[in-house]
Amino acid sequence: MASVATRRSAETWSRALGWLSVVLVAISVGMIFLYAPSDRVQGAAQRIFYIHLPAAWLAYLSFFIIFVSSIAYLARRHPRWDRLARSAAELGFVFTTIVLLTGSIWGRPIWGTWWTWDARLTTTLILWFIYLAYFMLRAYVSDPERGARYAAVLGIVGFVDVPIIHMSVRWWRTLHPEPIVVRAEGPAMPDTMLYTLIVALVAFMALYVFLLIEKYRVERMKDELAEVRLQHGV
Amino acid sequence: MMAVAGPDVARTETPPGPTAAALAAPAVEATGLTKRYGNRLALHDVSLRVDPSECVGIFGPNGAGKSTLLRVLSTLARPTAGRVRCCGLEMPAQASEMRRLVGVVGHQTYLYDDLTVWENLDFYARLYGLRDAGDRIRQVLDLLGLGDRTEERVRALSRGLQQRLAIARAILHRPRVLLLDEPDTGLDREGRDRLASIIGEQVRLGGAVVLTTHAVEFGCQVASRVLFLDRGRLLWERPASGDLVDELERQLRRRA
Amino acid sequence: MTAARQIYAIVRKDLLLELRAREQVTGMAVFALLTLVTFNFAFDLTGADRAASGSGALWVAIIFAGLLGMGRAAAIDRQQGAWEGVLLSPVDRGTIFLGKLASALLFIGIVEALALAVFAALFSLPVLHPMVLLVVCLGTVGFGTLGTLFSVMAATTRAREVMLPVLLFPLSLPIVISAVRATTLLLTDRQAEVGPWISLLLGFDVLFLGISYVVFGHAVEE
Repeated sequence: MASVATRRSAETWSRALGWLSVVLVAISVGMIFLYAPSDRVQGAAQRIFYIHLPAAWLAYLSFFIIFVSSIAYLARRHPRWDRLARSAAELGFVFTTIVLLTGSIWGRPIWGTWWTWDARLTTTLILWFIYLAYFMLRAYVSDPERGARYAAVLGIVGFVDVPIIHMSVRWWRTLHPEPIVVRAEGPAMPDTMLYTLIVALVAFMALYVFLLIEKYRVERMKDELAEVRLQHGV
Repeated sequence: MMAVAGPDVARTETPPGPTAAALAAPAVEATGLTKRYGNRLALHDVSLRVDPSECVGIFGPNGAGKSTLLRVLSTLARPTAGRVRCCGLEMPAQASEMRRLVGVVGHQTYLYDDLTVWENLDFYARLYGLRDAGDRIRQVLDLLGLGDRTEERVRALSRGLQQRLAIARAILHRPRVLLLDEPDTGLDREGRDRLASIIGEQVRLGGAVVLTTHAVEFGCQVASRVLFLDRGRLLWERPASGDLVDELERQLRRRA
Repeated sequence: MTAARQIYAIVRKDLLLELRAREQVTGMAVFALLTLVTFNFAFDLTGADRAASGSGALWVAIIFAGLLGMGRAAAIDRQQGAWEGVLLSPVDRGTIFLGKLASALLFIGIVEALALAVFAALFSLPVLHPMVLLVVCLGTVGFGTLGTLFSVMAATTRAREVMLPVLLFPLSLPIVISAVRATTLLLTDRQAEVGPWISLLLGFDVLFLGISYVVFGHAVEE
């Protein structure tokens, strides 16, 4: 267990990171709406891309964190790895939901439909279902230690599966007629768009790390509270 | 990491030969066992040592952690903290070797209802890799007075006979350590006598027994030492004697 | 080979139980056939493009029946705590996994043989082609692998009937896609295109056999 001093300094850093991400997100929002040019083909609707793409990256990054901490948990059985997996899973689920929602909103004016069974979309939808299964599994197991082990098994199998799911869906699409819609693959991005995207990515990343640290701290507090209750027989 | 080791190295054919190290080591040695199930502390810092040729009786009110203790000793449950050694072998690194040395009777019979008496024991004999399976099965069935029921399905047996078969299953592979969780449940007079003589024989041959039971008199009769467990903690231990029966019953009533 | 003998012991036990109680194969088979019949009405499997929807119906039948059977198998093992008896024995956890997988594949295989024969007869499609059988085998191994791993986990949860499909369906999507595609291609005489799908199935099988063998021990401990 970390000493009081290191915890306090971690808290300070985390708070600083929190304020930094507030500032970065504010700048990013400003750039998205004021600095970045409107897309020639898609118009203002394309601006959702600056939220959609970072969210997608974070959704998959979360799953990677779950994967690594699941392996570590099964190997070491230290609750900290389970806490990390739990925290990353909640964030991952939120960001996967954001990806699906922003994608849908974006697709409506551009593709003319809320949903298309495109490979990336479908994979993200399945990822969302795997996250859902992950939470259900934990919720339906009465002993938290067992729940943590089961979740770790799912985290490992699921992570390895996602690229295969993506590959199978892509092959499945290419052997089918493509839906006749405008694809979001415009010409190379102008610099102003690229800068906006980079700032958005950095802002989201800072926000993500901040949220992950805070979520982890909350999970640790929950565990410690349970521990104290246990010791005093409450 | 348990259970991911490569192929189970040999030794499957022979029953656990009493190597010098195994004979010298305590049959069971547990230190600082703690087991949590969520917000419930089933065991709290329990340490115990059982020597060869010893039978230890564990008593305590319902929910004291007796069954959890036996589950942890038997490798079924991994302790939250603390460690278990058995004849010099350690969990979880040597789980497979350790399982070979331990025989368990639990709350459930561990039997398949739709298989016959013989098929059940035959299945377990195969898992343990017993070389003399047929002879040994006949032997344990005779010990439990089930010799003439080999072809009956377990489902058709009375609760008492099922319990006898569960005991036969536990001693099938000649374990050095017997962990018996209320083994006398449902047994009639005769079954209880057979159980007592199996325990006596195990102790006489240098094996060890750990048992829990609600039958105080029976427990004090077969055990050489008595431990008292309450709310996951080990409260006291004493050599077993006839005088202990009243004392135990009083304590059990008070803490129930 | 100790492991081989132990796997044999597990499969033999499961077979004996099935012969006695008939709790798995019969139910699975009836379920699979009813699925095929129901799909016939839902999708009109007699039309010209019946090869495409037919292979879908076939795989839905196989997968639903397999799901049912594997859930049942885990429940049977837990009756009277027999599963704990198995865990108490000195059998490597990976070996227990292989034993349970072998039993599952055997039972699903029997149901598939029946379903394929009936399917061929009802819809006059050439499903008894060796390549189709290969695809069925590969798909079943992949599905059975994840199913065996997850069914022992789901069996200890509340709402286990719900938990197994929730775990199994998203993760076996590649199996469903490639098996259905490959079967459709074979039934419509486009065998040249089937190669990538078979490699995908094979890759999936090998990968998840390995992972499940390793992590199974963590899933079964208490």
